[in-house]
Amino acid sequence: MTDSASGELPLGNEHDIVLSRQAVRRMTQQQGFSLVDQTKMVTAASELARNAVIYGGGGVLKWRLLSDGAKRGLRLVFEDRGPGIPNMDLAMTDGWSSGTGLGLGLTGTRRLVNEFEIESTVGIGTRVTITRWK
Amino acid sequence: MGEFLLATIQVDMQDQLALRLQDDLTQAISKHGAKGVLIDISALEMVDSFIGRMISDISGMARILDAKTVLVGMQPAVAITLVELGLSLPGVATALNVERGMQLLNRSLMDSDSDDRFSKR
Repeated sequence: MTDSASGELPLGNEHDIVLSRQAVRRMTQQQGFSLVDQTKMVTAASELARNAVIYGGGGVLKWRLLSDGAKRGLRLVFEDRGPGIPNMDLAMTDGWSSGTGLGLGLTGTRRLVNEFEIESTVGIGTRVTITRWK
Repeated sequence: MGEFLLATIQVDMQDQLALRLQDDLTQAISKHGAKGVLIDISALEMVDSFIGRMISDISGMARILDAKTVLVGMQPAVAITLVELGLSLPGVATALNVERGMQLLNRSLMDSDSDDRFSKR
């Protein structure tokens, strides 16, 4: 796999959520995603960016354009230094929510992408990695 | 537009702006005694769980204020993504465009009028 470009975006406040949505939209377009795939990735990014800002107390979005032969994709890593998730099984249960969302944050987001990974340590923070291929 | 309010969302909304729209719309329903609210989201390229919740909440608040909400103009890619996300917007009426949304509101108003007459007999 060869990586063509990568970078970072801050996730400090609500405005950063909007900016990260717009940036992810441009990246998916650059990678030649279909409109539906663009929309899924942008929506997933919006959910995770909001989690990092609201529950994680802010963080960073690391992005990487991927190419694997003829395959092109986009990987996004959302990192925060928030309280972490004490009960991961519960957090990954459909319909569960700790905050003001609709309880679809993590499980709903997982359905929008091809690869989904989550690591969280209480008191240290949470890192969610999502990848979608064209 | 007589008894109906039309709200057109034209920008990628920050969360606070979405909450303000919710406030403004419920105020406007009460102030104008509106019987119907059309929310046009044809310019929205994404609806996430936050915006989805805002739309559901507006619909619920409007119902309590005796107004019916119709969500119009959702882009197909947005609809596909919403369902996969797990959000089917229960209780929110939808229509393809503003014109059909108006027809839906008019029909439901006529229905409730005839219900009233029937119950008074």
